[in-house]
Order: sequence, then structure tokens, then C-alpha cells
Amino acid sequence: MEKSLNWREFVITRAIKASGYSAIVFVLLIFVFLMREGLPALGEVEAGNLLSIRWYPIEEMFGILPLITGSIIVTIGAALIAVPFGIGTAVFISEIAPRWVREILKPLVELLGGLPSVVLGFLGILVLSPFLRVFLDLPTGLTAFTGSLLLGGIAVPTVVSVAEDALDAVPRAYREGAWALGATRWQTIWRVTLPAARSGVLTAVMLGIGRAIGETMTVMMVTGNAPVLALKLGSLFSPVRTMTATIAAEMGEVANGSTHYHVLFFIGIVLFLISLGVNIAASSVVFRAKKRAERILS
Amino acid sequence: MVNLALAWAEAYQDAHPDVRISVTGGGSGTGIAALINGTVDIANASRQIKQEEIEEARANGGNPVEFIVARDAIAVIVNPANPVSQLTLQQVSDIYSGKINNWKEVGGEDRPIVRLSRETNSGTHVYFLETVLRLGQKENKTLFSMDTLLLPSSEGIITEVRQNPNAIGYDGLGYVPPDLKVIAIAKEAGGAYVLPSIATVNDKSYPIARDLYMYTNGEPAGVAKAYLDWILSAEAQQIVADLGFVPVITSNPSP
Repeated sequence: MEKSLNWREFVITRAIKASGYSAIVFVLLIFVFLMREGLPALGEVEAGNLLSIRWYPIEEMFGILPLITGSIIVTIGAALIAVPFGIGTAVFISEIAPRWVREILKPLVELLGGLPSVVLGFLGILVLSPFLRVFLDLPTGLTAFTGSLLLGGIAVPTVVSVAEDALDAVPRAYREGAWALGATRWQTIWRVTLPAARSGVLTAVMLGIGRAIGETMTVMMVTGNAPVLALKLGSLFSPVRTMTATIAAEMGEVANGSTHYHVLFFIGIVLFLISLGVNIAASSVVFRAKKRAERILS
Repeated sequence: MVNLALAWAEAYQDAHPDVRISVTGGGSGTGIAALINGTVDIANASRQIKQEEIEEARANGGNPVEFIVARDAIAVIVNPANPVSQLTLQQVSDIYSGKINNWKEVGGEDRPIVRLSRETNSGTHVYFLETVLRLGQKENKTLFSMDTLLLPSSEGIITEVRQNPNAIGYDGLGYVPPDLKVIAIAKEAGGAYVLPSIATVNDKSYPIARDLYMYTNGEPAGVAKAYLDWILSAEAQQIVADLGFVPVITSNPSP
């Protein structure tokens, strides 16, 4: 009996360890594969071409700047929507709403998170984009802004669910202490609860942004996919082409091993580096905040 | 041409229950790439196979054989509320290359022009570029205006044209629903404006028409041969006409 327990324990610990390490292995493998398929692009395409502002692969024009700015503008727009709405909703659910409202709201938000992005894309094409064209008097409703609105909608559930968990984990004593000092409900939320849950809330924001920048189907359907350099604020209301949509739209067609194929993987590397940068920035902020908190406590 | 390939496959399987044909879409390049890689028996393409693709196939030990299986016309479409009903090929080219940016320059209302196109991996896109933007001239290097919207599907173009009076789009005649306005095209200024139809494509008076192809690896044999023979028969070509494409053998119908 005891022996079989030991044996089982051995297998289980090893299995857990293996699955833990496998995440690292997979990321490394994906990274190596991306590099192997993407880096040859640097040798095949001149830097001047790669950094030009024209993306037209069937004529060997591989300017990726419009795609990068397209992704960035759509993602910033989505973050501007998802972060305040997401954190606001999380605060409402966890701090303000009565119990029964909370019990309805939370599953509803999670249900929203489960909506397939292609369905949202359809809604975007058929409802949102015609509405925006008339409402904002635009030449076309297929714009970066349309994509931002929908991506914001996609990212909100992620932000809400993670931020709400973080707020929930703040000990009740913190709030009671604030109230005892005469703080209003708003002061308690803004000065005590939110800062205490800061690292979790920041994780929520980063996950939301990660969800937005990586989303493909919806953006491909509603942003118009015109590879125009998006630098001005007005670009938000004109069509753009994102990196993800470009890879998705063109990868199925491209001949294996061609220059175009390598450039698409190179775009994948750029996308990978951008999300890596966002994650590193976020965790360093969290890390610094933790360090400071430790110093104060000690 | 995936609609057509699907309809053919369905009709043929109804008549020959022992034969199974599966059809996958994705664009002409996808089909030819699959033929080169040997994963399909027949590749449908709405453009002729490129020289480099033939070489790639030969390098893989294949030998693509070409069949013209139907004809297709590309219709230039606008919203029904747009008063413009005819354009010259040159005007369409100038609109898509960005030289003309307002409908009033071609006799319409004072509205910005929103250009819609299929994605660059679509055979329709390449065909439109070569035939309309570059007017069929080999040395002409005109490109689509940068702000041309590249939509991943025919449906995307049709939906946008249906609801946006600023939009101009193009698509295979077979895909255009009756509630959109089709533009009559003149080959050159002063020429006759022609609407696309089975008759005008067959007598070659409509300028934006092309052939549709099937490619097999080597001369087809067995089931593939029987299928291709059937596709060129009157029965299968009737399906072509039913879908709004143009049959290839209208001049000498087989019994």
C-alpha cells in the first residue's frame, strides 16, 4: 500500500513538473521556429524596402511600417475603451453592486468573453460600421475606430474578470480601516482598494491589451485592411491594416519558403517582440511596486 | 469560382454516387499550390498558371495540364443610390489608382470615393490589376491606391457596397446580387458602354472578362478524366450559366 502511494506520488510530481517546464519549452520552440522562418527576410529584402510605407507583396513591396502603425493604433484605441470600462465594471461588481446584481453580472460578463470573435465581426460589418459611417459622417465605416470598439468589447471581459479577482483578494480589513478613518466609499476605492490590488489590476490590463493586439478575425473583417501609414489622430477614423490581419489573410496563399513567406514570419517576430515588450514593462512596474511596498512594511 | 466548383461536384456526385469530390476554397494560388504539393487531383483557378508555378511543379515531378472550363466577367458595382451608371475602362483605372477621388469627377454627386478590392491573394485581384488598372499593358506599372480597402471575401465587398453610397467595388458577375448597381463599361472613351451579360461576354464586347481554368497533374485519367469530360458537357455548362458565369461551348452545343 505504502509503496504504491510512493510510486503514484513520484509519477504525479514528475507529471506536474513536466507540464510546468513544457510551457517554457513550447515558448522556446515557437521562438526558435519564428526566428528560423522570419530572419531570412532581413537578408532577402532590403532594409529600405522593409521600412518603406508601401505594403503590396505581389509586387515585392514589403513595407511593414503601415502594418505596425495599424496594429498600434487599433490596440491603443481598444485599450482606451477596455481599461476604463473594464476596471470600472470590476470595481462596480466587487465593491458597489449588491449581492444579487453581482451574481447576475459576473456570469454575463464571462459569457460576453466567450463570444466567438467572428460573430462580433459580423455584427461589426452589418450594424456597427454602417452606423458609424452615418453617425460620424465618414466615407466608410470600415475604420480603425470600428476595430477598436469591437476589440475593446472583446478585451473588457478579460480585464473585468482578472481585475475583479484582484479586488476581491484585498483583505476586508483594509476597507474597514479606511472607513474607520472617515474615508468615503469613493475615497476607499480610489485610495485604498485599487492601489492594494494594483499588481492584479495591471495584470488584467496587460492581458486585455494582449488579447486586443493578437485578435485577428474581427479586425480583418471591420478595419478595411488598407495598408496606410497611421500616424495622425485622424487615422483612427480611416481604414488600417493590422499585422495579424495581414498574416491571416496572406499566409494561406503564400508559397512555402518564398520571400513573402519569410516576411510574414518576420511580422510575426515583430508582433512577438511587441507583446514581449508590453509584458516586460508591466511586470517591471509590478516588481518595482512590490519592492517599494516591502520597504515600507519593513 | 468556389461556388461553381461546389455546384459541379454536387451535381456530379448525385449522378455518380460512387465518386466522392471534396472542394476547398481559398483562392487560385492556394489551389495551384496544393496541386504542386500533390494534395489535390484538380486545381481550380480563376487565373492562368504562372511560369514559376509550372517550374515549381516540374521540380516536384509534376506537369500541370490546363482546361478552360468556363468564362467569367468581372462586374464593377456601386450602391443603387449612386447616379453614375457608366464608366470607361480608363476612368475605372484612374479611380482605383487614386487619380480620381470624388464621384463628381465622373458625373456623380459630390462624394468621396471609397475603393473596395479583394485581397491580393485573390485571382480576381490580380486579374483586375492587370486588365483594368494597367489596361492590359505589360509595361504599365500602375498600382492600387494605398487607401484601397482590401476585403477578404466577396461577401465583404457586397455588404459594404450595399450599405455605402460612396463605395465602388468589383466582383465576379456570378457573385453580384440583383440589388446592386452594375456599371456599364466602355473599352475606350467614345466607345459603346456595355453591361456584362452572357451575350456580351461571349461576343467579347464586354472588356473585363476572363477564362476559368482547371489544372490536373499530367493528362487526367480514370475518374478525374470522366469528371473533366462531364464538366465540358452541356449539362455541366448549364450549371455554369445558372450561377451567373458564362459557359464555354455556347457556340457549338454538344448533343
